[in-house]
Amino acid sequence: MSAPLLEVAAVTCRFAGLTAVDAVSFAVEPGRIHGLIGPNGAGKTTLFNVISGLLDAGDGSLRFRERDITTLPPHARVALGLGRSFQNLRVFADMSVLENVLAGRHNRLKVPWPASVLRLPSARSEEKAAVARARELLAVVKLEDKADALAASLAYGDQRRLEIVRALATDPMLLLLDEPAAGMNPTETAMLAELLRSVRGGGVTILLVEHDMNFVMGLCDRITVLNFGRKIAEGTPKEVRADGNVIEAYLGAGDVARFLEGARR
Amino acid sequence: MPQWLDDFLWAYGSFVYGLGVNAILGLSMYAVLALGQLSLGQAAFMGIGAYASAVLTLKFGAPFPLVLTAAMVAPAIAAMIISVPTLRLTGVYLAMATIGFGEVMRILYVNTDYIGGALGLSGIPEKAGGSIIFGLLAVILAGFLSATRSKIGRAFEAIREDEDAARAIGINVGAYKLSALVVSAALAGLAGALNAHFSSFIGPNEYGFDTAVTILSYAILGGVTTPLGPVLGAVVLSALPEVLRPLHDFRLVFNGLVIVLVVIFLPRGILGLHTRRVG
Repeated sequence: MSAPLLEVAAVTCRFAGLTAVDAVSFAVEPGRIHGLIGPNGAGKTTLFNVISGLLDAGDGSLRFRERDITTLPPHARVALGLGRSFQNLRVFADMSVLENVLAGRHNRLKVPWPASVLRLPSARSEEKAAVARARELLAVVKLEDKADALAASLAYGDQRRLEIVRALATDPMLLLLDEPAAGMNPTETAMLAELLRSVRGGGVTILLVEHDMNFVMGLCDRITVLNFGRKIAEGTPKEVRADGNVIEAYLGAGDVARFLEGARR
Repeated sequence: MPQWLDDFLWAYGSFVYGLGVNAILGLSMYAVLALGQLSLGQAAFMGIGAYASAVLTLKFGAPFPLVLTAAMVAPAIAAMIISVPTLRLTGVYLAMATIGFGEVMRILYVNTDYIGGALGLSGIPEKAGGSIIFGLLAVILAGFLSATRSKIGRAFEAIREDEDAARAIGINVGAYKLSALVVSAALAGLAGALNAHFSSFIGPNEYGFDTAVTILSYAILGGVTTPLGPVLGAVVLSALPEVLRPLHDFRLVFNGLVIVLVVIFLPRGILGLHTRRVG
């Protein structure tokens, strides 16, 4: 067994008196689709923000590709291969679809700024390659026809896919997806599951937060469950489904109907 | 130079040169607003450039190119220093902090006898002519237009639209903010030096809050979706008082009115265009 791609070790994150994430530890193995679930307010998004570097871990440590990244700024984590999407749509609304993807490519554009300002051949050819790559990625999610449309003008499901493609444009080894299926209809959700499997097939490991149990249980190889900031269970979908703590957490939070519906399938 | 142009510049020289200098100030404002930083330190940086240049010319007789270079480097260094506490601030908090910085500088000038105290410095030789001012403006504007259409402009726009999303896709937001502030300060300093070297007088009260707001209004009027916006805004707002001279003391009311109307009806400014980078 190879070393884990991401190791979260006793990570804690507090906001003025509230401990949003409390000494959570888990590891994401390469090549997996790993799910992070839990009732509302369990600390999933906070943990994502800590992993991607938007929030500081108050305690504990993060290792990615066997390097300590606990104090690295977000852009340095992206450079190492950590990409993410957001729960609320965070596409750049006033930019075109293509420009959104190109913005995701920013970290991989290496030509120094004076060359960009002076439009030297090196900058031109790099930009051209970036545009070609961006169009390729858009074709994967069937948005190539809308490349020149403003991101704000896209339908909701298209914006969700654009956000995923923008994260893919950073060439991640680990892709963090925060509720990628939120608000999607069953057809769109099925397409998304297909897309994520093909992304994983391309060698990208995925860690995702999701409320749609059907989606999570069908897609993930391994699941970590949080409740009130603590890890309460971890295992295969089958193990997690049968875990007493998990059922209780969802019953207590009133999400039982949703959970059982997912678990039954 | 033909006779008519000579006559025109003799009568309106400082007005025409002022348009060019204000356009550079508009670009200085653009540099920070383009990534969403409401920094109101432009007037203060302009003052640092003006004083540095006047001192070098009057007290040391330094050659003009060196004077202009120093007038850009001095405020750039000041920008790096104030960026340490202010770079994490956004919106009105950054505006307040930078206004405070401007006041600190003003009081420093008033109380420093070496640079003339409250009286300022006068008798600065008129070394900044039209060709220097408009030549520099053309080079700076060309640089901005090119940068805006490159990956740099894309990063700026991403930061302006959503800072956290920009961070999460690997844009080094801190480095971009610092660079923008330094470039902005250097340009304001250059404008200050040029202004000092055609108006022949500078005083501590020329670089206060009023000036800061005037420079901001160039960018608000023109819009910050393209660097041409603040340039156009600067030209319009600087020319209006001259065009409206018959209205005497009421002409400044028009400046205010124009800003109010633009903010309400054209929130993107009069040049609210989208920059096209890829076609």
